[in-house]
This record gives sequence, C-alpha cells and structure tokens, in this order.
Amino acid sequence: MLQLKDLAVGYGPPRGVVLGNLSMTVEPGRFICVLGRNGAGKSTLMRTLAGLQTATAGRALLDGDDIAAMRPHSRARRIAVVLTERLNSPGMTVDDVVAMGRQPFTNWQGRLSADDRAIIASVLQQTGSTAFAARLFDALSDGERQRVMIARAMAQAPRLMILDEITAFLDLPGRVEVMSLLRRHAHATGNIVLLSSHDLDLSLQLADEVWLLDGAGAVTAGTSQDLIVQGHIGRAFDTEGVRFSADLGRFVLAPPAG
Amino acid sequence: MTVFARTAAGSAGLGAAVLACAIFALGWGMISVPAADVVQALAGGGDSLNGHIVRDIRLPRVLTAIIAGGALGIGGVLMQALFRNPMADAWSLGLTAGGQLGVALVVTAAAFAGPQAISFLQAFEGPSTTLGAMLGVAVFALLMMMVARRVSTVTLLVVGLMLGFTVQGIVSIVLHFANRVGGRVFSGWNDGTFANVQLADMPVLAAPVLLGALLALFNAKALTALLLGETYARSLGTDVSRLRRLTLAAVVLLVAPVTAFCGPVTFVGLIVPHFARAVAGTARILPLLPLAALSGALLALAADLVVHAPWEQHFLHLNAVLALVGAPVVIALLLFSRTMRGQH
Repeated sequence: MLQLKDLAVGYGPPRGVVLGNLSMTVEPGRFICVLGRNGAGKSTLMRTLAGLQTATAGRALLDGDDIAAMRPHSRARRIAVVLTERLNSPGMTVDDVVAMGRQPFTNWQGRLSADDRAIIASVLQQTGSTAFAARLFDALSDGERQRVMIARAMAQAPRLMILDEITAFLDLPGRVEVMSLLRRHAHATGNIVLLSSHDLDLSLQLADEVWLLDGAGAVTAGTSQDLIVQGHIGRAFDTEGVRFSADLGRFVLAPPAG
Repeated sequence: MTVFARTAAGSAGLGAAVLACAIFALGWGMISVPAADVVQALAGGGDSLNGHIVRDIRLPRVLTAIIAGGALGIGGVLMQALFRNPMADAWSLGLTAGGQLGVALVVTAAAFAGPQAISFLQAFEGPSTTLGAMLGVAVFALLMMMVARRVSTVTLLVVGLMLGFTVQGIVSIVLHFANRVGGRVFSGWNDGTFANVQLADMPVLAAPVLLGALLALFNAKALTALLLGETYARSLGTDVSRLRRLTLAAVVLLVAPVTAFCGPVTFVGLIVPHFARAVAGTARILPLLPLAALSGALLALAADLVVHAPWEQHFLHLNAVLALVGAPVVIALLLFSRTMRGQH
C-alpha cells in the first residue's frame, strides 16, 4: 500500500514547491497513470516517490515505511524505476541489463542464484524479450529497449514500480503493448505500478486510477470516468484552441471565440 | 557457455600463456638460455652466469611487465566503467601524464633543494616518485571527471590525449633542468620501459597495485550498476559518490606506481578491456577483472619481448610496439563499434 501524507515535492528556491498537500492512498495491485502537461511536475513527483530526491514536506509511505527514510539498499528491494533517458551501455547484453535487477538481492560478488536465474528467465518471457536476450542492449530498437528496461524493473520484484514517461519514444502499438503489460503485471502480482504519461487516451482507458496534475500545483485522483465527467481533464488540458469533450471522451477543436 | 565458464576457461588459457611467455622471455635475448636452464636458474640452481642473467637481469623486467600490464588492464576496466566511455584509460585521458608531471616535479624539487635532497631521493626513489605520481594521477583524474560532465565520449578522448602531449612537453622542460642540476638522466622516459626496476623495488611497485586490485574487486558489483548510468545505479541502492571516490582511489593505486617506475605505458589499458569483454561475453565488471589483468600482462610481456629481441639495435621502444598493436584496434573501435560510431 502506498500512502502520501501531506506530501509536497519540489526544489529549493527559485523553483520552490511544485506540487503540495498530496494526500492519497493506493491499494496494492493498482495500475495508476499520472497525467499532466509538460512542466506540471510529473517527473518531480515520480523521482520523489522513487527516493531519488527528497520531499520538501510531508511523507510518502510504502507498506507503512517512509520512503525517504529507507536505507538505499532496502529501498532498492522494494522500489524499481524506469526512466525516459536513453542510455548507451557499451558491451552490455540484454541479459546483463535484466540481471542488474537482481543486484539488490545478490552477494558482494553479484553472483546469481538458481532462483535469480529463474526470475530473469520469467521476466524476459513475460516482456517478450527472450528472443533477444543474448543481443547487445545498444543494438536494440527503442521499443525493445523499453521492454528490456521494464523486464529489469520486474526482476527487482518491487512492491512499487515507477515508470517516468517511458512510452514517449514508442509508436501506438508499442505503447498499447507496454501499458497493457504493466497493467497485467500490477493485477497479477499485487504490486503497485505508477506510470507517468502524455498519452491521455490510452491512460484513461487502461488505468485503474488516474492522478491528474492540473499544472497549478494540485493533484486530483480518481477513476477515468469520474475525472472526465467532473470536467477535471478539461481543466488540466484545455487550451484556447483545443478542449476535452466529456461526451466524446476525446479532444475537439474549440469553436472560435465570439 | 555461461559467463563463469567463459571467464574460468579464458583466465586459465591466458594464465598459461603468461607463464609460457614469461619463461620464454627469461631465456630470450643477446644470450640465449634454454627453457630447462631458465627453470633451473629460477629454482636457484644451474650455472652461475645463467643464474645471473635470468634472476638478476631478466627476472625484474619480466615481473615488472606482468605487474604493470595487469595493473593497467584492471585500471582500464575501472576507467571505462567510471567514465562510461569505451575509450577511457589512464593514458588516453591524460592521467598517466599527470603522474609523469608529479614525478618530474618531485625530482626537480629535489634537484633544486640541493645535494641532501638528492641523496635522500636516491635512497627512497621508488616510494617518493610513486607518491609524486599518485598525487599527479589523482589531480588529473579529478580534472578529467569535471571535464567529462560537459563533453561527449570522443571529445573527452581528444582532450585527454592533448593534455597528455602538453604535459609531456612540460615534463621534458622540467626534466631538462632537473638533469642539469641533479645529474640524472631522464632521456627516453616518454618511451616507457619495464627494464628500470630492480628486484628490491618490486614491493613498492607491487603493493599499491595489489591494494588497487582488491579495491576493484570489492567495488565490481557497484560499478556494474553504474554501467546503466547514475540514476539507475542509485535506484539499485548504490552510493554513487562513494563508489566514484573508491574507484578513483583504485585507479590511482594501480596506475601511479606503474607510471613512476615505467614511464607512460600506452594503449594497454585502452584495448585490453574490450578483449576481456569479448572473452567473457558480458560487460559485468567482476569477470572482466581477471581477464583484463591477465591479458594486460600478456600484452605487456609480448611487447617487451619484441623490444628485447636478440637482433634489436635499440631502435624499437615499448610504446612504439604497443602503438603498432593498439592504435589500429582503437581506429577499428572508432569506425566499427556501434556505440562509438553512433556519436556525433
């Protein structure tokens, strides 16, 4: 269970607090999409929940333990992260990358036990990456890389998986595939999956719950249906030229003013 | 084959090759000693002339080549992981030049400080020049880490090499004055050689290298995580700034004594890690360490063999031989490796 208690995320001056007074509870096994326009604070929130940056106020609790207060090593056993950044990892095979997810559980040598090996084989299979396990990570396409990075995070067997904008480089079928994979994973394992995305349509369809960042420092949580009906989506995303139609469930061109 | 099996088989093969090459090197030269007599001489027997040649003249050189080659091989693996740069190495990023500068400054300071300082330096030449080299390597390593934050892989390589050339020029000038004041001969120091180390110096060379190798061993797992980049390494529970400090310390311990005793030894640390990765079939750091150490030792021994061939008239020097092997490998990596080619 993930609980946010009056959490505020952000930086020191001059940027200051980006999102404040966040209080919510997420039950195990939920697939959550975090939506908001660029600069609304998605990445800041995700990094804070991952323990990669400190909160400016309040706390985030995972199964009752303060994420910020966890020791790095035990946090790595409970929280896994996948980021947008494209990395070059010369010489790393896909198997090397996925095996990295078991690092928090191995001895000082990093020796993989038979159990570790079984977990790696299983996540490669679940993400459909078995076929290229022996290939070099750098030689993969964007979609394949994202699947491998997700496999790595799944190998970490985390209670909370945090994925920041990972679908940005993928085409539509690739995005559908990745998001339904994550949804299945959350439902099957009882782990919480938190995905930030630009992809409004898919997120509204697939998420168990949506966190909507309105761009003014507030976050609204709810099911897709509730958020649409109550007009929250429109308030967060509408511009002068485009508005979200609750009836159609998609964006339409706004009629010219006057 | 699993990574472990490939590493074990590779290490065994390389170890045997190093041993064979070492015994051959002990027998080879102006005066040829048969392998059987070499083994006898090493055991302390045999005739006294052979014993003198093998134990006193050739053994220090061969041991130095093995230790230095191994140290540079491990150092290369650490540097490439630390800088996340397949072209990184103590020499290519200018750390070796920093070490040379450190040594040159120690020698010059002693020369200008007067005869007592010189005699003190002569008595403790190994330790004092090693300390000078350590300081120089450390300062240049910190400098290059700051540069690395701002520039691409290839730019960093060019900056490192140019830094190296600059320092070599400075060192030549500094040593020119040191030579005149202190009467020491440093000509040819930029060529690199394994032949200037006495058996008595061996502990001063070997002890820091051993310490550096151990430090590398205990940080191998964390360094593997760093291959994914700093953020992922942190998310896997790695204390990245501590890891950087420890790895840097290991590089200093490995590279500085080699530079102090042998001068700049080029290319070994740059190309050996690529060979080790190919043999192990992985980029994970731990399996690379023994493979890089042994193949570094083998490369250093082989290059030294060419330099000391019986027909050699002292035109060939160590770095010329290493450049003949190493430079084409680097060119091939730049032209054909996916990662390097992909960077503009």
